[in-house]
Amino acid sequence: MAVTIQLVPGIQSDLIASTTRSGSIDEEAVLTQSILVGCAAGFSGDRVDVALPVVQTLIRRGAPSAIIFENLAERTLAQQQITRRSNPDLGYEPLLELEIRPILGLCLQHGVTIVSNFGAANPHAAARKIIAMAAEMSLERPRIAVVTGDDLSGQTGLSLLEERLGSEFDRERFVCANAYQGSREIADAILAGAQIVVTGRVADPCLTLGPVMAHYGWQDDEWDFLAGASMAGHLLECGAQVTGGSFADPGYKDIPEMDQVGFPIAEIFEDGSCIISKADQTGGRVSVRTVKEQLLYEVHDPGAYITPDVVADISDAQVTEVGPDQVRLTGVKGHPRTSTLKANVFFDGGWFGEGEISYAGPNALARARLARDILQKRLGHLFRMRFDLIGLTSIFNDDGSEMLDQSLTRLEASSHPDAAADDKATDIEQRWPVAFAVPMDIRLRVSAQHMDLTVIERLLREVTALWTCGPAGGGGARVNKRQRLSTSSCLIDRNKLPARFEII
Amino acid sequence: MDQNALSTRALYHFAHARTGDKGNRINISVIAYKSEEFERLVRQVTEQRVAEHFAYRHPTRVTRYVLPRLHAMNFVIDDVLDGGVNDSLNLDMHGKSLSYHLLTMEV
Repeated sequence: MAVTIQLVPGIQSDLIASTTRSGSIDEEAVLTQSILVGCAAGFSGDRVDVALPVVQTLIRRGAPSAIIFENLAERTLAQQQITRRSNPDLGYEPLLELEIRPILGLCLQHGVTIVSNFGAANPHAAARKIIAMAAEMSLERPRIAVVTGDDLSGQTGLSLLEERLGSEFDRERFVCANAYQGSREIADAILAGAQIVVTGRVADPCLTLGPVMAHYGWQDDEWDFLAGASMAGHLLECGAQVTGGSFADPGYKDIPEMDQVGFPIAEIFEDGSCIISKADQTGGRVSVRTVKEQLLYEVHDPGAYITPDVVADISDAQVTEVGPDQVRLTGVKGHPRTSTLKANVFFDGGWFGEGEISYAGPNALARARLARDILQKRLGHLFRMRFDLIGLTSIFNDDGSEMLDQSLTRLEASSHPDAAADDKATDIEQRWPVAFAVPMDIRLRVSAQHMDLTVIERLLREVTALWTCGPAGGGGARVNKRQRLSTSSCLIDRNKLPARFEII
Repeated sequence: MDQNALSTRALYHFAHARTGDKGNRINISVIAYKSEEFERLVRQVTEQRVAEHFAYRHPTRVTRYVLPRLHAMNFVIDDVLDGGVNDSLNLDMHGKSLSYHLLTMEV
């Protein structure tokens, strides 16, 4: 690769002497500057006004850089597959235009590579959309690479899935399947001159590792380097979750200016270690605490965090504050990648429906419970429902309502004159945080799932009917239904799932 | 007495935590605020106690990983989401709130 030499420092100003690794070693040692990777989305539906400060900061720091948008949660892709079937020009991230319009011109002008899985189920259509946008904005036509090879909905993919899933594979209900591809094609696309890389399903850290591999010319078996940069990618991939989002807890974990929380930037060094910072002049905070929480997010065995490129080991990783809003991650080790790629398989899961209605004021809890009993008596013999009495429990409760029932028992016991002596009440009090006083404002929620839409529609009608046929003073009834997808996952021999890229 | 006050012995006062989910499995990181309290937390916040704390959701397994350099523990809790993001009937189908349930445990 041709390493761009820029002598304008990033955060870390020490330049590291290095050789290029394109296979032929240059006569003279080349100074390799570290690379900056910024993140401007952590899921589909993230804020769209956060990319500009990230890009402005990358440009100001003057180092080679890339910006990533992570847009694909597990189900997001399946939803886009469904969209694509009804319109072959869609199926990519719906916010694509809002995400990149503010930064497209700047990135092309300053050489900030854009890497994103916003291609979702239709990366070619996303690439065409970007080319059209660039034309509208009178920009040069960008060189866009499209990475494919993740979609398993074709004949070859289907037979692989049947082989792996056996009887679990229900062709009737099959919706789509995608494999998690790795970083190599992203890196190669950048080395081939791509200014923008559009992918479908790749593992989230690959959006970061791809440009870093290209920058340093890493090979596929430099495990410690790949692991380090993958964990940098892991810290970036959820956007604000490393800068104070999903973290702030007033009085315990205070974060300044949450309304303008800045998105993260990683400076990644040639040994794979990194310093996490954030966009200049934004709110939020990067601290040892925010970084530790995100480092362990969605990690199971810290000794074996498996990505398509490497098995990362953070057992001995260290997190150190090196400046204001600057935290260094070191000590990540890498082990050889596995021989398989993970695939998520989606099946038609029928319909989900939920309804809510509120009761407030005197005896609100009793009225809400009466409404629950009415629904249970009218529908309980037809299908299983989950009930919540929001005001007592809204999300800690379980589908079987064990926590809610115990809360109700405890409330009844505590309202009894001999409450203090009641063993049962004391026992529950120690285990779970529940209301101690009878609430005066309760919202009943009911939800259910069924393959038959008419069953779910019946549930929703019954909730609405509580207005006139239910307890006194019921207000704010709302109902909602949506199609469900159920998932399965499997591991497939990576040799059977080649990825590729093309520049369009 | 303010009966809604959280116990002064709640883990919440000594550690912070975050939930991540994959399918019907979650992990909850538990990170000590003060390094000197980490060992005590490791002794007290065991797999057994976490399993009991989540017993009402019938997890099939709790595995704990200890990360001394980060003063952190990582709990992996299997089958605790009533089916997970695609099958749960819970408003919080990802279980994102469950770290705060763990933080109510007394230590």
